[in-house]
Amino acid sequence: MLADPRISWFDASDGQADGGIDLTDQRADDTLHIGTTTPRIVEDQPTKSDRIFGGTTTTSGLVVLVLLALVGLFLLLRSRDAFDVAGWSFFTRVEWRTDVDPPEIGVLGLVAGTVQVAVIAVLIAIPLAVCAALFITDYASARWRGVLTGLIDLLAAIPSLLYGIWGWLLLSEQLAPLSAFLARHLSWIPFFATGDDPELVQSMFIAGVVVSLMVLPIVASVTREVFAQTPPGEKEAALALGGTRWGMIRMVVLPYGRAGIIGGSMLGLGRALGETIAVTLLLPQLPLLTWQVLESGGATVSGFIATRAGADDFTTSGLMAAGLVLFAGTLATNMAASVIVSRSRSGVGVETV
Amino acid sequence: MVAPVRLPPRRADVAAASATSASTAVPRPRRRPSEFEGIDYATMAGCAVSALALSWVVFTRLTEGVGWFGFVLVVYLCFLALYGLVSADRLGRLLAVDRLATVAITSGAVLLAAPLVWLVGYVVLKGLPSLSTDFFREDQGGITPSMPADAGGGSHAIVGSLQQVALSLSLSLPLALATAVFLNETRSRLRRPVRIFVDAMSGLPSIVAGLFIFAVLILPYAEDSDVFGNNGLMASLALGMIMVPTITRTVEVVLRLVPDGLREASLALGASRARTVWSVVLPTARSGITTAVVLGIARAVGETAPLLFTSVGASLFNSNPFNGPQESLPLFVFRNIRNTPLPTQIDRGFTGALVLMLIVLTLFAITRMVGGERKGGRRR
Repeated sequence: MLADPRISWFDASDGQADGGIDLTDQRADDTLHIGTTTPRIVEDQPTKSDRIFGGTTTTSGLVVLVLLALVGLFLLLRSRDAFDVAGWSFFTRVEWRTDVDPPEIGVLGLVAGTVQVAVIAVLIAIPLAVCAALFITDYASARWRGVLTGLIDLLAAIPSLLYGIWGWLLLSEQLAPLSAFLARHLSWIPFFATGDDPELVQSMFIAGVVVSLMVLPIVASVTREVFAQTPPGEKEAALALGGTRWGMIRMVVLPYGRAGIIGGSMLGLGRALGETIAVTLLLPQLPLLTWQVLESGGATVSGFIATRAGADDFTTSGLMAAGLVLFAGTLATNMAASVIVSRSRSGVGVETV
Repeated sequence: MVAPVRLPPRRADVAAASATSASTAVPRPRRRPSEFEGIDYATMAGCAVSALALSWVVFTRLTEGVGWFGFVLVVYLCFLALYGLVSADRLGRLLAVDRLATVAITSGAVLLAAPLVWLVGYVVLKGLPSLSTDFFREDQGGITPSMPADAGGGSHAIVGSLQQVALSLSLSLPLALATAVFLNETRSRLRRPVRIFVDAMSGLPSIVAGLFIFAVLILPYAEDSDVFGNNGLMASLALGMIMVPTITRTVEVVLRLVPDGLREASLALGASRARTVWSVVLPTARSGITTAVVLGIARAVGETAPLLFTSVGASLFNSNPFNGPQESLPLFVFRNIRNTPLPTQIDRGFTGALVLMLIVLTLFAITRMVGGERKGGRRR
């Protein structure tokens, strides 16, 4: 563990290494009891610089807390105009019309579109991400493992704008025949139904496919980290009992990493809910309540806000209200996800990028 | 990876082998799941060809086609089904499932690379023809959408991006570092809530960050002061909110890798906590912190959504981030590509997209070179 053999002595003597300053854990107490009848009382006497240090770091930690609280607070304050006019119907109305008096604005159509796109994205991304993660941890050689881990990071580093223009100008045309086929032959499934002679390019299905590429890296990196922590002893035991590699994965790796898969998927869902610029390009951004995800149409909260940037005061207030809904939704999803990941037996030390 | 474990021969086998006599009981053939020989390759090839042929007949002769994307998908599914059937017939159900899983899992890894290569190739192909040195020297003054794509340039966008990212880094780095130190080097009870909130903040939709800055600073104060109008500084604040959690979390991971022995040695020598962090922990984690910073920059430089509410964008050069709308690369790309159907204008946007992608890829290459193995690696 230590780089320098000269200081390894301190590592060995562990608890006694601190002279009066409290160590970063409680081991000091246990060590002092050995061989003494009356334990010496170790007092924590922070120096002035320690107090400044503690104050600064605590403040900065709290700034993050305060910042998030402020985001919610200010969105709420600024959305008061919209809530005054729309009332509770803001949450139940699909249309968004500011040209009538009084204005009729509602967030239901936007929320429905957001959830539909995000769910499509996550449903596509989960199997791919789990397969990729399993390949990295259990199939790839050490060399390929490094390359593929880097590839996941690279996928995460590509700006969503580039995914957006690629999906909008290239991928959607390539996917349209597939949509057409699904609409023609599988229209008895409600999701695949379309109207007569449908426009298939700017659809929630295609938006979901593009967003799935953006949530793929986050789901893959979380699941990979969880799978990598499977105890090697248990894996080897499964193989030693005559299991195939898939048997080992099914009986050891997947049960061990289940919480990681769930948590990672929820983190991915949170990312997909907040994805903005790609969906702005990929959807017409007109609020709509429909199950027909193959057909052109639909809007998401974030994309709708982006297309209405710089509008009049009342619309802006409505956007703030929509932003508040989005903020609350993603915050809840992400916090639930991080709690699941951190509580899981396997999730100790799991990091997400 | 766990190497396939070869079972030690059973005692009965050893006895039989040492006796070198053909025993009456036929020894059970040893099953080696990982074995993959010529016949297995032949099986795979055969299944692939028949899947291709089957799908071709179905989709070109019997129905009116699914497009190449759907075709590839169908061929793949047909291949899986056929391969599963043949393997089950040849090797039994257990091994067939194992073979199928291997194919599915491997294709998952391939699918990571495919869209990336496709995306990068597309942007390079579309952006390269109109990229010239003029792009780094000129702005969009006097350029109309229908002029050729290589007219004018994006220097105003590049300068804006650099200034905004530099500003947001200088604002967010101290906060992110201190928060990471707080999470890893103190014993405060607040660490758990702060960590959860940093996690939550890293999932904050970027557009909400833009809305927040717009609501707090621009809406109330823009009329009285230029500094709080639509300008680069406001964009930097919004970008900073996105960078803080990214940097904090990466730095925290790196700090955790610093050996405890180093901290204890420093404390034992009488150094204060602050001195220990400043002179021992942070220098030890230097390369990791560099990685975190570069990752944060890569994240911020490509963000578009918050800029729509903060810096808004401009077509002329503005080197003052504290006054007036300022362009940046993502905005340049977004507006050029979205606002008109004119091919020249779209190509102009792609030139910007290529430059943006090159910047991100360069930054990424830097993190790889500085950081080496990203996580769990040996870092000194």
